[in-house]
Amino acid sequence: MAEPAQAGIGQPSLANALFVAPYMVLVTGLLFAPLALGIWLAFQDYDMLGGWAGGVGLENFQNLWDDRIFRGTVRNTIKFVLMTTPAFVILGLFLALALNNSLRRSAILRTIFFGSSVLSVTIVTLIWRLIYLPDRGLLADILALVSLPGVDMVNSQIWALPAIAIVTVWWIIGLPMTLFLAGLQQIPAELYEAAALDNASRWRTLISITLPSIRRTIVVVAVIEVILQFQLFGQALLITGGGPDNTTRPMVQFIYEAGFRDLQLGFAAAASQVLFVLMLIAALGQFWAGRRRA
Amino acid sequence: MAELSLRGVSKQFGQVEVIRDLSLDVPSGEFAVFLGPSGCGKSTLLRMIAGLESVGAGEIHLGGTRIDTIAPGDRGVAMVFQHYALYPHMTVRENMAFGLRNIGTPPAEIDRKIADAADMLEIGELLARKPTQLSGGQRQRVAIGRAIVKQPRAFLFDEPLSNLDAALRSRTRIELARLHQRMRSTMIFVTHDQVEAMTMATRIVVMNHGRIEQVGTPMEIYQQPRTRFVAAFIGAPAMNFLPVASIDSEDGRVAALLPGGGRVVTRVPIAAVPAGATLTLGVRAEHVHPGSTGMAARVDVIERLGERTLIYAKLADDSIVVYDEPGDVQVAVGEHVALTIEGPAAHLFDAQGLALHG
Repeated sequence: MAEPAQAGIGQPSLANALFVAPYMVLVTGLLFAPLALGIWLAFQDYDMLGGWAGGVGLENFQNLWDDRIFRGTVRNTIKFVLMTTPAFVILGLFLALALNNSLRRSAILRTIFFGSSVLSVTIVTLIWRLIYLPDRGLLADILALVSLPGVDMVNSQIWALPAIAIVTVWWIIGLPMTLFLAGLQQIPAELYEAAALDNASRWRTLISITLPSIRRTIVVVAVIEVILQFQLFGQALLITGGGPDNTTRPMVQFIYEAGFRDLQLGFAAAASQVLFVLMLIAALGQFWAGRRRA
Repeated sequence: MAELSLRGVSKQFGQVEVIRDLSLDVPSGEFAVFLGPSGCGKSTLLRMIAGLESVGAGEIHLGGTRIDTIAPGDRGVAMVFQHYALYPHMTVRENMAFGLRNIGTPPAEIDRKIADAADMLEIGELLARKPTQLSGGQRQRVAIGRAIVKQPRAFLFDEPLSNLDAALRSRTRIELARLHQRMRSTMIFVTHDQVEAMTMATRIVVMNHGRIEQVGTPMEIYQQPRTRFVAAFIGAPAMNFLPVASIDSEDGRVAALLPGGGRVVTRVPIAAVPAGATLTLGVRAEHVHPGSTGMAARVDVIERLGERTLIYAKLADDSIVVYDEPGDVQVAVGEHVALTIEGPAAHLFDAQGLALHG
């Protein structure tokens, strides 16, 4: 430090690079490099046993397009995202609104609702497989109480995917709820007082004051959930294994099976790129929609 | 007839009593200022009138109707908040229309009221903007406009000038006073700034520890403070307080002898002083005069304010007396001066801090 006065703010210095280096190394090694490798692999014939057999152009994508099961997984995944994301936004917001106060009761309920998020997917699916057990499970008991016939959710082509969606929402509703709570607490109390003096009903206050104030949070929650739910894997694998008749098989399971069971890495990488593009389109679409309404 | 009437109002937050059995009548068309230090309960009182805090005990009446039991929106009051509380996602026009829409005012009437208010406050060209696109002073006007369009029985202001810079604050003071003259509505204004209170109020309500210390016109409060608290709180520099060593009588009036030497003949009749009372003499800076004779003092600190100079002088008993001189007075620290106190303008306070009057 011969001349410390020279190293002011805005002065380029090698020392500055050191501060960002750890992050850059991690993000390059664990994100950019695998991403680039994955894109490259998608255009190769690469078998884990047979090894690399050269570039194949778009053949992997062509095979995906022709694969009935893969097309099914795309449909299942999109359906799943459409089921869960609105549920996360609406239910998360509802819980946050109901629990956004300093009552002891609310503090306990906030902890409970967030608590399930820390459970591992194996525990969660175990609990819910017990609930969904035909004839003996909690669901069957409840349905029997109100004299409704029991449903074998997990083995029903209609109900299996909604069953997984319910498990997922129950499992990680805590995150959107917490994000919404943080958003709600940013709203100045004076706004609500002004609204009270302006004769605003509770409904009018919700529509005209609360929702516009947390519009950004709503977009963030929706984007986060879309990105998360497109990656559905563990719940489907552990509850239904992708059945019945592939009606719950998600894209990630397909990728996993193509890559690590069938060992066709190039083919699996191509499927990954399709998932990546779908997630990108969905997330950007929501950003765009969120901005347009601003 | 009293427009706003508070009867035996009390309020507690947990164990803390913030308003104690407070009664007050504000006549129609007054500009009443609740003045007091932080934590004196003035804002709480305003919020109780607005309906943003519940009333612990007592009643609040506005225009002959009991309002402490009804919803804030139905009380006929409009409030200008300290941080303005404009709805950030609405335009200025929508901000002003929101309350009117909620009570089902016809759109044509809303437009007319907004146009009138915008005209009065000169914010016509801001109507399409959002609050984030406005300066502090403009937000202030919009907040006032939002109150005006509702044509309330009473306007409530919660320290609305505290976020403005000094120049804008004094300009807004004048504008608010002008607005009050023009609208002739009842206005309640909360502040801890005595200048705001003195300049705008038709009546000042001085509060301390949840109680009213004194109610009066600005000059009554300034010239005839009822308690030592009021005397100390109003006026800059603060009133001088000097302990009284002993008293004697001159023409039936109290003559106070000061420990630092000096004898001050006050207006207070000797009959008003209980025997053996501990007294304090209070006198404002402008009623202390340097001269060739009087109490010996030595100049300690000189504060030049431009149009006048404040001089803090130490008496023989080390008590400090502040007096004022013209701005360009020739004086030096350490200089010896002789001070006389204008007796008829001086106040006497007893040990409880109450002023003794004739």
